[in-house]
Amino acid sequence: MIDNSDAVKLLDSKRDNAVFVATMNANNVHFGLPTVTSNEKLDFPVSGAMSKASDVALGLALAQPDRKVMCLDGDGSLLMNLGAMVTISNKAPKNLVHILFNNKVYAVTGGQPIPGDEQVDWEDMAKSAGYAKVFSFDNLEDMTNGINEALAAVGPVFIHLVVKPEIENTPVQFRTPAKRTVHTAIGDLPETLGVKR
Amino acid sequence: MATQEVILHPASVVEELKKNNISHVVWLPDSETNFLFQLLDNEPTLDLVPVCREGETMAIAAGLWVGGKRPIVLIQNTGIFEAGDSIRGLGLDVNQPLTMLVGYRGWSRHGLTRDSAARFIEHILHAWGINYYLIETDDDADRISLAIEEAERTSKPVAVLVGTEFGS
Repeated sequence: MIDNSDAVKLLDSKRDNAVFVATMNANNVHFGLPTVTSNEKLDFPVSGAMSKASDVALGLALAQPDRKVMCLDGDGSLLMNLGAMVTISNKAPKNLVHILFNNKVYAVTGGQPIPGDEQVDWEDMAKSAGYAKVFSFDNLEDMTNGINEALAAVGPVFIHLVVKPEIENTPVQFRTPAKRTVHTAIGDLPETLGVKR
Repeated sequence: MATQEVILHPASVVEELKKNNISHVVWLPDSETNFLFQLLDNEPTLDLVPVCREGETMAIAAGLWVGGKRPIVLIQNTGIFEAGDSIRGLGLDVNQPLTMLVGYRGWSRHGLTRDSAARFIEHILHAWGINYYLIETDDDADRISLAIEEAERTSKPVAVLVGTEFGS
């Protein structure tokens, strides 16, 4: 299994000018993207509408076809919105990379197992949904060796990461608030992307 | 006496979208907007983004909007019920200026409707503080422009309830 923080660190090191649309553990303020980001202005944290990070990333990828968009998703989140995998593959944005952080639990609600945690095959699921390329890594060495090929592939690409669960038991209102939020990103990301209204 | 054709033609809707430089229609088909599909699909200035469930539409629209495009959502009133968390979290909470064309399943001005989708939809929109316009005929189509203008001026989602079957 891969440490959550190692995964986001490696991905961030490969980002170039990509936008990260990140949710749940991948965006955790203690061990997620906010702790390693090298270009915060291109980070788009998605909270407030469970499971919808992949759809936000799809919209952004369609709007900005010349820029890579990487969605850092969670397994519990994606299970809530499985149809998004088909919605994405149907529009087939070449610049979209959908990265699944699979820790087999609802980590932010105390670590309860997700339904089907031992039987769901995410690689098969992504292939069947129609992603152009599917990769899977269950250890950091393989991820380090294979990530360049995965990120260079023509999208939509699906990358399945088996990560260690990092459990949060603190109720949401008592957790350390994120400095950059969905509101921050919606406020400043268009300008960073050069959007003119 | 000649019978006047009182109907909403899809061309009137597409014309409104083109007039407002809408770039993407994020949608899930429904019976009220069925006849719109061919025109939308053949309109080169509009990119159709089909979804598997209505809650996806507001999220995709949010990404398109942040990326500089001008999307609208086209779903049925039943989809509004399904999409509540997305409307709240990625519509109202982030001040997305989103126009939602909503098929008004069960709408009737000729008596009571037994369809709960029709009975509840306006109450739900009121509860969220989402303003809405009703369109039934070609004469009403310019309310789509009103809705788009209001969504942008107020930075809030606005709904357009499509209260009739389309003519072809």
